[in-house]
Amino acid sequence: MALKASGLKVGDTHSERVAENISRTQLVQYAGASGDYNPLHTDEVYTVQAAGYKSVFAHGMLTMGLTGKMLTNYVGDGRLTKFGVRFTNQVWPGDTLDSKATVTAIRDEGGHKVADLAISTTNQDGKEVVSGTATARLD
Amino acid sequence: MAKITFPVEATHIMMFARAIGDENPVYHDAEKAKKTEAGGIIAPPTFPQAVAQFDPEYHLRPKAGQKWFGSGKTPSGIEGKPSSSGGLHAEQHFEYHRPLRAGDVLTVETKPGKTWERESKRAGKLMFSERITEYRDQKGELVVTARGVGVRTERPVDAG
Repeated sequence: MALKASGLKVGDTHSERVAENISRTQLVQYAGASGDYNPLHTDEVYTVQAAGYKSVFAHGMLTMGLTGKMLTNYVGDGRLTKFGVRFTNQVWPGDTLDSKATVTAIRDEGGHKVADLAISTTNQDGKEVVSGTATARLD
Repeated sequence: MAKITFPVEATHIMMFARAIGDENPVYHDAEKAKKTEAGGIIAPPTFPQAVAQFDPEYHLRPKAGQKWFGSGKTPSGIEGKPSSSGGLHAEQHFEYHRPLRAGDVLTVETKPGKTWERESKRAGKLMFSERITEYRDQKGELVVTARGVGVRTERPVDAG
């Protein structure tokens, strides 16, 4: 279901838990589906011993995809016109992520009502891992 | 960069949606998807990035007969690699003209964008570079524009 402009106001929020205790297996699953086989995300031996990280970590695009799930659940299927993020901190196996969208503007664009949204995904310590913006068409 | 042909397939969308833990039927159930506003199976908003599967030169996929930098007998299959891992993803932006649909055959072209540098406490010197990717459909119409920003770090990022 899409959002209705008439029922929406600036400051409205929607949040969801988008991942709980992220597993290394999910990183493998994302590697296979996306085609990004960077060993930093799936190969603990390489990542710790050759690259110098404490463990493998999630693809930025997995975190963006998890964040996008919250967004499409909120604004409806096929309603996004823009979605952009910065990856502000790494996501590690075991992390639990919550994503939140906040309506920052409701305006007209090309004859449609649209909503601008501020987006933030945080981990279990309250640290932001993704921050961004999106725009969605409203009814 | 050469143009890549990206067939958007229902099975690939299903696998991608599973990987991001999204059980929305519009990504895997053709019958249910038909009855939604989308009118059929569409792809999740970050799916355009999976064009990597169709790039014959994609550097983050092991290829037959070529050395791979991940672990095998030793922690890295390529000797003498610097300890820093190289590229990380700093930003990603999409502009959508319509959702990608199962059955689309897209033509995808990537061009380099701006480059810049910045000092950071967590990883030393950061070298940013932008890539602009346009996805056009079978009618030649622009469906999605993606802007990715990659960063190369002087040393591994502190977990801090």
